[in-house]
Amino acid sequence: MRRMLPLALCCLAAPVAAADMNLTVEIPTLKVAEYHRPYVAVWIEREDHSVAANLAVWYDVKKASGEGTKWLKDMRQWWRRSGRDQAMPIDGVSGATRPAGQHQLRFTDGKAPLGTLAPGHYELIVEAAREVGGHETQRIAFDWPAKAPTHLAAQGTDELGQITLDLNP
Amino acid sequence: MTHRFVRAALAAALLLPFAAQAHKMWIVPSATVVSSDDAWVTVDAAISNDLYYPDHFPAQLDQLTITAPDGTAVKPENPWTGKYRSAFDLPVPQAGTYRIALVNQGLFANYEVDGQKKRWRGKADELKAGIPANAKNVQVSEMASRVETFVTQGKPGGDALKPTGKGLELVPVTQPNDLVTGEKATFQLLLDGKPASNLKVTAIAGATRYRNAQGEQETQTDKDGRFSFTFANPGMYWVNASSEDGKTSVKEAKQRRVAYTATLEVLPQ
Repeated sequence: MRRMLPLALCCLAAPVAAADMNLTVEIPTLKVAEYHRPYVAVWIEREDHSVAANLAVWYDVKKASGEGTKWLKDMRQWWRRSGRDQAMPIDGVSGATRPAGQHQLRFTDGKAPLGTLAPGHYELIVEAAREVGGHETQRIAFDWPAKAPTHLAAQGTDELGQITLDLNP
Repeated sequence: MTHRFVRAALAAALLLPFAAQAHKMWIVPSATVVSSDDAWVTVDAAISNDLYYPDHFPAQLDQLTITAPDGTAVKPENPWTGKYRSAFDLPVPQAGTYRIALVNQGLFANYEVDGQKKRWRGKADELKAGIPANAKNVQVSEMASRVETFVTQGKPGGDALKPTGKGLELVPVTQPNDLVTGEKATFQLLLDGKPASNLKVTAIAGATRYRNAQGEQETQTDKDGRFSFTFANPGMYWVNASSEDGKTSVKEAKQRRVAYTATLEVLPQ
């Protein structure tokens, strides 16, 4: 029993869980003649616009001979701020394009791809670019770490639907 | 007076004001920012009044110099010269910035033979053979011009923009393929490798056909040859500076004209 004690202590301490963020990205259903799923990038910027974390990049990962990377530059803000510095694909970040609907993403403090954010003011950015379609960027400003559970949202207009960001301390 | 004569005279009169206002030489790529190492760009080069509409004269591709990010010279693919424009393709496999330049260094001469005004242009070693022995009022001037643009695959940078030390050249402070609306872009102009101070620099946005005014933005280089623009609207911009001096490479030429033009793309935020 004595030997078990440290273990029990460790697990009791577990509720002091790492802060996390739950993100919902909605890709709207579009009635268009030619539809291609959008390329989407999600990242976090510091106040000076430097990139604190790349959270997701959805593109045509599997297209032959890197053909999918040809259009990454269409997510032009992400490309300029971060994409052009990356070797694609990015482990644990990039993935295939997603269909219309709500996509839930969860990120934990201290774990990739969020990593450890220094306390401060940040912006979460979601950028979508669609072949033969449009381009849209939505930003949600937030303070990290959250002092209390915080619900934030942004409403896209064309290429993005509702974006919600729930922060837990 | 025959009809043809009248028409010719009229044409000459109409052309005069255009001749006084120099045509613009330009080179414009299909894309300046690419994200794949198997991407190509296709490039047009011409001389015209309006930007970027080829409607007057093609640029001469024998002046073309393409430098890859690793500093090596690259040959264009599918080069072609048509009635109004020259065009070529360029694969951009290397990460970094490519410099695509039309470099023109040569001599111009005006002279008279039997009271007739003549013009000649060519290289320095062709001058003696190019002008007849009985020519009078021979005036020779030297020209050094660079008309260029940039394309970046991946992250901007590399050795292509290292100055050659000849004529007017642009040195990036802001990378030329890293321009967005509302952010200040700064560059340095060098003349023969030294800062070109107090030089007027003009920027004109493309698509001039769809507006009434040229909409020039003007600025001046500072003592270090630096100048800045903040572009409010996205698009291709024709950025130009020129100067004159007496630093000629042949004794027959009393005057040298140096000119620099870049096509810079400004993307939306």
